[in-house]
Amino acid sequence: MRDQLKLSIACALCFAIALVALPLLNYFQPEFMAQRVFGFTLTWLILGVLFFPFVWIISFVFIQRSIALENAEAKAAQDGQRK
Amino acid sequence: MSPLLAFLAAETAPKQVDPWIAFFSLITVVVTVGMGFWTAGKSKSAGDFFVAGRSVSVGWNASAISGEYLSAASFMGVAGMVMATGYDALWYPVCYACGYLFLLLFIAGPLRRFGAYTIPDFAEGRYDSPVFRKIAVCFVLFIGFFYTMPQMKGAGTTLAYIFPGLPYWAGVVVVGAVITLNVSLGGMKGITLVQAFQYWLKVFAITLPIFILASVVGHYQQHLAGNKTAQEAAATILPGIERKALPAKAPKDEAWIAPFGKLTTKAVDASIAAATTPEAKASLEAVKKPYSLLYTYSLIIALVCGTAGLPHILVRFYTNPDGVAAKRTTMWVMILIGVFYVFPPVYGVIGRSLTPELYDAVGAKGTDKVVLELPTLLAGRDHALLGSILSGITCAGAFAAFMSTFSGLLVSMSSALAHDIYGRMLRPDSSPEQRLKAFKWSALIVGLVAVGLGSQVEALEINFMVGQAFAIAAASYFPLLFMSVWWRGMTMRGAATGMLVGGLSALASISLTSISDVAVAKAKKLADAAELAAYWADHPLAKAIADYWVAHPLARILCEQPAIWAVALSIGLMVIVSKATASSIPTDIRMKMLVLHAPEALGLKQEYIKEHEGLGGH
Repeated sequence: MRDQLKLSIACALCFAIALVALPLLNYFQPEFMAQRVFGFTLTWLILGVLFFPFVWIISFVFIQRSIALENAEAKAAQDGQRK
Repeated sequence: MSPLLAFLAAETAPKQVDPWIAFFSLITVVVTVGMGFWTAGKSKSAGDFFVAGRSVSVGWNASAISGEYLSAASFMGVAGMVMATGYDALWYPVCYACGYLFLLLFIAGPLRRFGAYTIPDFAEGRYDSPVFRKIAVCFVLFIGFFYTMPQMKGAGTTLAYIFPGLPYWAGVVVVGAVITLNVSLGGMKGITLVQAFQYWLKVFAITLPIFILASVVGHYQQHLAGNKTAQEAAATILPGIERKALPAKAPKDEAWIAPFGKLTTKAVDASIAAATTPEAKASLEAVKKPYSLLYTYSLIIALVCGTAGLPHILVRFYTNPDGVAAKRTTMWVMILIGVFYVFPPVYGVIGRSLTPELYDAVGAKGTDKVVLELPTLLAGRDHALLGSILSGITCAGAFAAFMSTFSGLLVSMSSALAHDIYGRMLRPDSSPEQRLKAFKWSALIVGLVAVGLGSQVEALEINFMVGQAFAIAAASYFPLLFMSVWWRGMTMRGAATGMLVGGLSALASISLTSISDVAVAKAKKLADAAELAAYWADHPLAKAIADYWVAHPLARILCEQPAIWAVALSIGLMVIVSKATASSIPTDIRMKMLVLHAPEALGLKQEYIKEHEGLGGH
């Protein structure tokens, strides 16, 4: 449970940093965020398009690790019973 | 010029019912009812009705959750809001999708492992407290009805759009009747299939028209490039991209495309307009941007935490076979809704170039209509049939949107009535058959109340009402679930205090803003000065609040978007009160935590509500 919570918090931090940073970048670096990338402004491209794949990557990594942790925990408990 | 003229002529002529639009909408309704009857035969036990027999596979469940989640606000509201306010509105789809990440990281797996039927079950089971179940039931019904009203409003306005001349309440009654029938026929198991179908219909209905439209009138980024930023000297209108002149009411390009636009600055803008001295104006201009940053953060918190606290979404996790499946489901939901949410802003951006006349109308006739209106542009470009068919498809998608969300809400509220109030409080010794009957009656009662409430809210905005439901959920259910799952020191008193104070204070502050906003909107329509004075004299409270907002824009922002303080208040109270009442921590807390967090393979799993109770099994 402790490892699971650590994993959850680590993933949540990745996500929270992005959510906190984007408005701050918009606030302090408006010219940089307004430059054109393929017709989008940089900030529009990030928020309107790239944010979704970013969240998918976090959730994919979380699922893989979380299920591996559960399996390891179950295995450790069963080994413990056998001894 | 001729296509434009033809389009304008079509707009001004008395509108006929488009047979294709009617056809596709009818198909959606017929298929929904048909699937309801088809699944009715398969739903037999109480478990089927409340949690779909806990056997919904990951693929079906992910489609069904996504179908339930993409409501009228997502389908029509987001596009309209992006068109109306620009960049800031992009936070809505992003946070609607990302809120699921919070669910996945902290709540999905443990909540399923607990094995309850409803959130009130969890509340009671975690704290061994029947009183807490009652409080939780009230919140389920409360948030549920708040979230039902905008769905009903969407249904009413869309039907009135398709069949001009039909009264607003007709759509409310039609959608209410269809879904109530479906839910009482098949319960959770029945609507799972329907909602999964409706998700794919919605994705189809939002993507196909925009791909075809973009290939004719130009792509997303080409239209976005036509809006000049503050740094650019002039807009780059690419060859072949049409851009109509914006009406005076539309926000200017620089404000629309950049962050901190109309949505987040309107409170300060109102104060600046009312300021009398240049010094006051200058000092307000100086705080405009910091305040809109604060607004942005509060909005993000409300949407992310609110998603993780909507009871009709949470109840779906109980339909997974186990905790691992619950986690996998959430990941697929995120992918499915993420794919969907890329597209509504495209409608908003292209709509700004091609249908700017929508800026002049308000509410349902204004920018909210852009998703339905854009495909008809093709009709003016020598693709008359294609335009009608695509418009029909988007209308069908809109129908699927209110129906699937309303069916999810109806199931969660009927479960609260039938399982928590009837089965646990009024008649604890009732048989599963009686509870099943109670479920059907509850669906009917909730459906009637929802139709009644829905027919009263024509004047309110869809996205605004949804925002209210999110803020209340963020300050009540999210802290409850998050803290109950991860902190063993929580007590019932702590949980109840935090949830009640957080939820009620969010509700109170939002109500304050809506009382004055409704009054101000009405007052704006009165041209005559004497009438205006008389109107305000009749509404002294609204006048006092409205004046207070103008004098204190910061207070206005914090009341309109209360999540930033209400969530913190709720969690803070939970910690303080739990510490003070630490002696009442449930004695078997270690076991409870194990049940919540241990992998199923350990064999510790106990369903809080046993499957097929007394039914003799299948």
